[in-house]
Amino acid sequence: MLDCTPKEIKERTGGGMINPAKTCQPIGAMYAALGIHKCLPHSHGSQGCCSFHRMHLTRHFRDPVMASTSSFTEGSSVFGGGANLKTAIKNVFSIYNPDVMAVHTTCLTETIGDDIPSIIRSAEVPEGKVVIHANTPSYQGSHVTGFSNMVKGMVSYFAEATEPIKKEQINVIPGFVNPADMREIKRMLNLMGAKYIMFPDTSGVVDSPMTGEFQMYPEGGTTVAQLKDTGNSKLSVALGRFASSDAAELLAKKCQVPVATLKTPIGIKATDAFLMVARRAFSKEIAAELELERGQLVDIMTDTHFHFHGKKVAIFGDSDIVTGVTEFVLSLGMKPVHVLTGTPGGAIGSSVGSFEEDIQEMLQQAGVAGNVKAGGDLFTFHQWIKNEPVDLIIGNTYGKYIARAEDIPLVRVGFPILDRSVHSYMPIVGYRGAMRLLEMISNALLDRQDRDALDEDFELVM
Amino acid sequence: MEAALAITERNDSIAKKGRQKAQIKCDTDSVAGCVSQRACVFCGARVVLNPITDAIHLVHGPIGCASYTWDIRGSLSSGAELYRNSFSTDLKEQDVIFGGEKKLAKAIDELVEKYHSKLVFVYSTCIVGVIGDDLDAVCKAASQKHGIEVIPVQSSGFIGNKSAGYRAACDALLRLITPAEPKKIKHNNSINYLGDFNLAGEAWIIRNYLHEMGVEVNAVFTGDSSYAELKTAPAASLNIIQCAGSMAYLAERMESLYDIPYLRVSFLGLEDTVSSLRQIALALGDADVIARTEELIARESALIEPILASYREKFNGKKAAVYVGGGFKAISLIKQFREIGIEVVMIGTQTGRQEEYDTINELVDEGTIILDDANPAELERFMVEQGANILVGGVKERPLAYKLGVCFIDHNHDRKHPLSGFVGAVNFAKEVYSTVCSPVWNFVR
Repeated sequence: MLDCTPKEIKERTGGGMINPAKTCQPIGAMYAALGIHKCLPHSHGSQGCCSFHRMHLTRHFRDPVMASTSSFTEGSSVFGGGANLKTAIKNVFSIYNPDVMAVHTTCLTETIGDDIPSIIRSAEVPEGKVVIHANTPSYQGSHVTGFSNMVKGMVSYFAEATEPIKKEQINVIPGFVNPADMREIKRMLNLMGAKYIMFPDTSGVVDSPMTGEFQMYPEGGTTVAQLKDTGNSKLSVALGRFASSDAAELLAKKCQVPVATLKTPIGIKATDAFLMVARRAFSKEIAAELELERGQLVDIMTDTHFHFHGKKVAIFGDSDIVTGVTEFVLSLGMKPVHVLTGTPGGAIGSSVGSFEEDIQEMLQQAGVAGNVKAGGDLFTFHQWIKNEPVDLIIGNTYGKYIARAEDIPLVRVGFPILDRSVHSYMPIVGYRGAMRLLEMISNALLDRQDRDALDEDFELVM
Repeated sequence: MEAALAITERNDSIAKKGRQKAQIKCDTDSVAGCVSQRACVFCGARVVLNPITDAIHLVHGPIGCASYTWDIRGSLSSGAELYRNSFSTDLKEQDVIFGGEKKLAKAIDELVEKYHSKLVFVYSTCIVGVIGDDLDAVCKAASQKHGIEVIPVQSSGFIGNKSAGYRAACDALLRLITPAEPKKIKHNNSINYLGDFNLAGEAWIIRNYLHEMGVEVNAVFTGDSSYAELKTAPAASLNIIQCAGSMAYLAERMESLYDIPYLRVSFLGLEDTVSSLRQIALALGDADVIARTEELIARESALIEPILASYREKFNGKKAAVYVGGGFKAISLIKQFREIGIEVVMIGTQTGRQEEYDTINELVDEGTIILDDANPAELERFMVEQGANILVGGVKERPLAYKLGVCFIDHNHDRKHPLSGFVGAVNFAKEVYSTVCSPVWNFVR
């Protein structure tokens, strides 16, 4: 279907996108808000935004995704959305009775300039209930930015430093990852005997079990009490700079909680780094079970390294995930020759630094020459592959067009995955997640080898 | 979830079939703060126009609107694939402040140079409506510059709901098909097929039936259509409309502009398929066509009736709930379920109109719940209360049904097999069977 993508690369001066590698802020905010227990995300704008975001999240997680909308009409965009939002707040609490209503804006309400905090202040919010908000203009950043902004909103509305001495607990901000990744991070911390507050936490919300009943608010999610208590923790661990570090920095400013910003723990190096921070924070030894898992992972890596060595790979997706995956495939001896994210360099107004610099540094250290781009689209990515073909593509579902056009295997990692199931129940973080990534990558490569082998080269043992 | 009805504004949008004729509140704006299943104007316009295969569909706005609608329609093409790309001007903060017209003009230039398409649709999104970019002027200039058609689609998300988007799409289509000299149109014997988007190849099935009847399809709006085909639309002698919600307006306009009469049809289910094919044959009034149509109907009915009957036995006592986009589809589904021995106990739509709800009310049994613009809490409540075993809906309704242990059929963009025509009637029964009789439910209850 993408056969019409020309090989010749011409500088595009218009700045438009062809086949985007990102989407807009509000969906990230909606996803983050689902990670608060008994929270109803609310989209302040036209109905379509809310509908699209629920549809996209539903397709990725295959679970009901609930969110309300201000249902804008022409009148509201002329006279401002204050009346709509106030009605919405009243209705949401009377119909759906959440503990928290998390409002995010859209490009429309940002442009007409609705002042959300003052609308919330003048709205009737029932006793004991909270309305929080995040500004998520769709014309800045990407869905990752929106996620980051809503997590910042959680800090600014809830976090309180109420204890004179910080508690023996850490905050963990997992970033824009699947619920299974959040579960895996929690499992590792539990094995370390560490006390922690993870926020947001969508495990148990968008991977809830089948009980024959529909729960508007499933068991999972960070509670309001926990969100408040984040101000009393001794450390915040921000996993993934783009999705998590802004909230951690805000918490440092607001409640003097120091910050450790780490890569999303994808692969052996990043997982090691994460566990070392946990060990230092609690002066505890690495749990024996995790030592065992690490040993098993290294064993698998040595058993299979020759399958990967020198293989060229193209990676795209969200900045934090792509950074982690790039580091991991480099540790396998693969060559990530094309690395692209749709999210622009750093979140707006944040000091998270540059994706391109990060990746280039990793590539240079490994002696790999590659194309790296932030704020890119899949048209560019496809053109790169046409000019320098690869053995494997790693990215979300949208990579399937290129994979088909160029006949290259695709390993589905990231968001969104709309055409496969189970992925959101299986972690890619931690040692066990690395094992799973290894299995997916090697199966993709070996399946291809089997498929392409001539009869005389076809082998039983590989 | 008793709280679902705590909102009194919604009371008039829900009715129960009884002796009194139910008047339902519909075709209105949603209540702010509800979890609505509806979408926006842009979405409506995009899904109607996107199946035009050889056009550049350029979304003028921030990235989200283009991202979410990238290739979601599931409409198939027998030729060009250009429509399956996602083009966006990707408006940034600077553009919002200083206006996006220059960026749009440049994007059109670059895309036209790259793809050499004769047709570009430029969709406006919420933000474009607010910052006031002059879409008409930019499109006109681009059109002159490149000697092609660049058509603006006025689809800012907030100017109504999805139905307003259908109208915006129809306006764009009218603009496309308007001939240079309308008075000189000579009608040929062909027909246009409106309101089929060729999901899972459905338009091809109907085209084949009509071909067998001796009726030539001129242009399909818009499934598997092309610039050149659509241009010939005013020459047809009859329009048939499947999806009335999106295309009734276009048909009405074409009747007044080009004297093309129209016929509402439905190819969902055996009963509707048969009566629609007959109506088309009668409308054309050709004895040969009528005879061939009867042959086709006899042959296909004989083939599928026993199959449907065998399924009917398996579905004894099952009850269905329906929540779909438009009223016409909902009406067809009531009949289609009846064909396979299933009664509809709850039925609703996102954008149904009063006359459609009247028909629904006449068709359904006493006690059936009818509801407009429902939210998930209401869907849950009435599915449970009415004891529905199966729900028909779209993407967002699927996991809701599953969580309740209710079977599900996708009757929206995610369907993987055709549900139109004789073959579609069998597919429908087969799909009901595969979900109702799946062993998976043994583990749930």
